[in-house]
Amino acid sequence: MNTATQTPALAVRGLHAWYGESHVLQGVNFEVRSGEVVTLLGRNGAGRTTTLRALLGLTGRRSGSIRVFDQETTGLSTHRIARLGVGYCPEERGIFASLSCEENLLLPPLFKGSDAGLSLDEIYRLFPNLEERKHSPGMALSGGEQQMLALARILRTGARLLLLDEISEGLAPVIVDTLGQAIRELRRRGYTILLVEQNFHFSAALSDRLLFMESGRIIDTLTPDQLDDNADKVARMLSV
Amino acid sequence: MDIFGVPVQALMAQLMIGLVNGCFYAVLSLGLAVIFGMLHVINFTHGAMFMLGALLSWAGLYYFELNYWVMLFLAPLVVGVFGIVLERLFLKRIYKLDYLYGLLLTLGLTLIIEGAVRSVYGVSGKPYGPAPISGVTDLGFLMIPNYRLWVIVASLMVCAATWYTIERTRLGAYLRAATENPKLVEAFGINVPVLVSLTFGFGVALAAFAGVLAAPIMQVSALTGQTMIVIVFAVVVIGGMGSIAGTVVTGIGLGLVEALTKVYYPEASSMVMFLVMVLVLLVRPNGLFGGVE
Repeated sequence: MNTATQTPALAVRGLHAWYGESHVLQGVNFEVRSGEVVTLLGRNGAGRTTTLRALLGLTGRRSGSIRVFDQETTGLSTHRIARLGVGYCPEERGIFASLSCEENLLLPPLFKGSDAGLSLDEIYRLFPNLEERKHSPGMALSGGEQQMLALARILRTGARLLLLDEISEGLAPVIVDTLGQAIRELRRRGYTILLVEQNFHFSAALSDRLLFMESGRIIDTLTPDQLDDNADKVARMLSV
Repeated sequence: MDIFGVPVQALMAQLMIGLVNGCFYAVLSLGLAVIFGMLHVINFTHGAMFMLGALLSWAGLYYFELNYWVMLFLAPLVVGVFGIVLERLFLKRIYKLDYLYGLLLTLGLTLIIEGAVRSVYGVSGKPYGPAPISGVTDLGFLMIPNYRLWVIVASLMVCAATWYTIERTRLGAYLRAATENPKLVEAFGINVPVLVSLTFGFGVALAAFAGVLAAPIMQVSALTGQTMIVIVFAVVVIGGMGSIAGTVVTGIGLGLVEALTKVYYPEASSMVMFLVMVLVLLVRPNGLFGGVE
């Protein structure tokens, strides 16, 4: 994409983060340009989920610099970071069991001054299942429906930077396809997306760049068309 | 006509008193349950807040000639703000600790509040004076003072409004979501610490509202809240924390049970609540309306 001259939507410099005494992120550096789709890949425990959580201030202590839409956020509380236009879809999906499907969908407040969000109609067009289930309680939804809901509810808000953690994990292929189509549609609309994925093929087909993490650092960056030439290296970086 | 040897009129009169008490239990335990859901603090100050509501309503009339209706609005507001100050100063520091710390902290605050009131007003009750609504309504089977009728109506209205707010509005959805997963709600851009403070303020304002309602019926004293809080804890344990409607039904139901015991076996009337509590805990440890955790 020809957006190299713009300020990046997300710029992370020397990010360290801790959970209690454990030093999980050890100097993470990367940028995501506006409109780009970037995936964090790596083995379990490499620090990918922690990176997403640290961006929102959901870890313990952290240091370094995180600029979201050119604003430094390391000193901000979680809800203020979110209001800069960040949408978060957690690995455990975080569907509220005591809220109905539609209440879950309507829960995140719309960000002021942003008209970028999808309307409810557009969301139901992307995920027709959610309209059928709108009165069902959150706890009665299937895993696939929960995942669609977790993604759908951050699309209404006008968030322009989406942090999506393992959205294809443990789902039937047909649902993974639906989610993949949704990501493509969002990309076409100019959303900036940072994915954390276990599913290498899912993410390679969607991303502009792939970042490889190991031991709390980013050790390599590849574009999808470089993957074939680096197959051995990729296998080494992802294998257990 | 007698029912088990008690004249219907006397039985009805006791049941009416039980219904009024049950309404107080319902409003108080509702506030306790809302606070516990959000803050995970067992708020021992609830009885003291009830007492402050009653005291303020007496003081407003005595010192400033502010009538009952003004204080019915003003006292919950003042107590609510006082609650928010306490939450910001003290409670917010203990959310990460075991429940026990919250109980101890609020017990300590209760002793301070009640001690302060006691040192100014002593322990003897202040009579509120005539009830703001006079007269009696004849329901055919029972003559009921209009003021008590008002207490029942006002309590039920407040409970219904609280239910509606929590179950049917956007703010309520925030509350329910934040009760489940506060961090995620914050990650959606909602200022959860403010939500927590407001919840505490609202919960204790409910207690103060009940206090104002009770002032013309009970004696207003520093210790008014003490007997109340113990019973209300029993109500919450019996009802469980699961549902608002459940809490209200349990509160009113136990008020009636207490009244019936007063009629048929007065010696047991002050302990029947706890007997019910033991029985319920044996059969349903999460309470009658409590979910399984």
